[in-house]
Amino acid sequence: ERSNLAGVRHILLVLSGKGGVGKSTISTELALSLRHSGKKVGILDVDLCGPSIPRMFRVQDNDVHQCDSGWVPVFVDQDKSISLMSIGFLLEKPDDAVVWRGPKKNALIKQFVADVAWGDLDFLIVDTPPGTSDEHISTVEALRPYKPLGAILVTTPQAVSVGDVRRELTFCKKMGLRVLGIVENMSGFVCPHCSECTNIFSKGGGEELAKHAGVPFLGCVPLDPQLSQSLEEGRDFIQEFPKSSAFPALAHIAQQILDGMSQRSS
Amino acid sequence: QVALLDIDICGPSIPKMMGLEGEQVHQSGSGWSPVYVEENLGVMSVGFLLSSPDDAVIWRGPKKNGLIKQFLRDVDWGEIDYLIVDTPPGTSDEHLSIVQYLSAAHIDGAVIITTPQEVSLQDVRKEINFCHKVKLPIIGVVENMSGFICPKCKNESQIFPPTTGGAEKMCQNLNVSLLGKVPLDPQIGRSCDKGQSFLSEAPESPATSSYRNIIQRIQEYCDQHHFQEEKII
Repeated sequence: ERSNLAGVRHILLVLSGKGGVGKSTISTELALSLRHSGKKVGILDVDLCGPSIPRMFRVQDNDVHQCDSGWVPVFVDQDKSISLMSIGFLLEKPDDAVVWRGPKKNALIKQFVADVAWGDLDFLIVDTPPGTSDEHISTVEALRPYKPLGAILVTTPQAVSVGDVRRELTFCKKMGLRVLGIVENMSGFVCPHCSECTNIFSKGGGEELAKHAGVPFLGCVPLDPQLSQSLEEGRDFIQEFPKSSAFPALAHIAQQILDGMSQRSS
Repeated sequence: QVALLDIDICGPSIPKMMGLEGEQVHQSGSGWSPVYVEENLGVMSVGFLLSSPDDAVIWRGPKKNGLIKQFLRDVDWGEIDYLIVDTPPGTSDEHLSIVQYLSAAHIDGAVIITTPQEVSLQDVRKEINFCHKVKLPIIGVVENMSGFICPKCKNESQIFPPTTGGAEKMCQNLNVSLLGKVPLDPQIGRSCDKGQSFLSEAPESPATSSYRNIIQRIQEYCDQHHFQEEKII
């Protein structure tokens, strides 16, 4: 029997040791960028306590349907170029808290990995909660037979964030998960009134960490209220704001992933 | 006399922020000794049990719960006025366990932190529901990273736009107190990274007055609460 992940060409995890650094944002923007390059992308949201992905695509009110091979993922548009699975779709009310201990979380994650009928995808992006615990261990173990491409680690520039991401790097090493690179998010803010750039969350920690750990540095993404606004409204930032300060950084990250692919196949 | 207990087992940030990185925990006859920042401020965190900043704590729920229990049972805090517990994000093992283990000691309440945008409020509403479910009183909500004032032109920008009314609207809808809003100040991040007290380093910052007002409201809540308890006794 063909597994539900048999048609998925590449699996990418987005990790961070730290909360609030923008994993879901980066996962969303990466999916949109890859779609604009003509790829078919799925996002698996394994943040069971704080599922952010549905709202970022404005499909938070959608339901999940069953088919013969399992759960049908939620498509974000007619083209069916981006599909999603998240516990967010399974909640009766959006404010319902998922107050589960580890074993129950692990059971759902196993189901999410095995039972979603993704069909053919170029990329499956797995968005995770912060930390190095049940969700992360279970996800990596369940995905192991499908040989994930690797992980992108997201940090903000300051040392307190980098400190947790160092631990995430250790997690990747111990779990045998390749690190594709580090993204430094919220890296500087350009005032829309006077264009002065302020490093609200300091600067440089992500790049230093990449150097120290010997992993690629994928780039700095600045703070951009237009990006925040797009995400709030579930709009396509890549399409709407190609002139924004965050756009080149996000496009560059996607390009490096794609370049990495072609290198690996040749 | 204040105790700060960091139960973020995977991402312990408190030691760095308190300028205590590299400190270790000492054992004595009466248990584990907290690490003191000042005579009247003691700290405990898994961070003090790790030998390298690269050490990852890759534990499933039950093991995390075990350590939290140990922290509560074996740390010799002495007599304290306030025990502050810093938690990781979520509504899972750590949160259930801390509420369960402290139930006999009677928790005054929870302070819930959010940022202004809906993607944060979405999760915070769940956290508020969690508190209701486990009968944990809510002291109030703090809206963090609430606006940024450009140091050059002094104009304000909403970096995390409150598209659905921010914490203010959410608190109105859910009938919880909004304790205050803290603006973004680059000095906050810098002080935390250096392990210095932001309140001492930037006494004139608008963020400092916000913090102080919020802290005052929390103290008032606790004083009132204590008074009511005494009345019951």
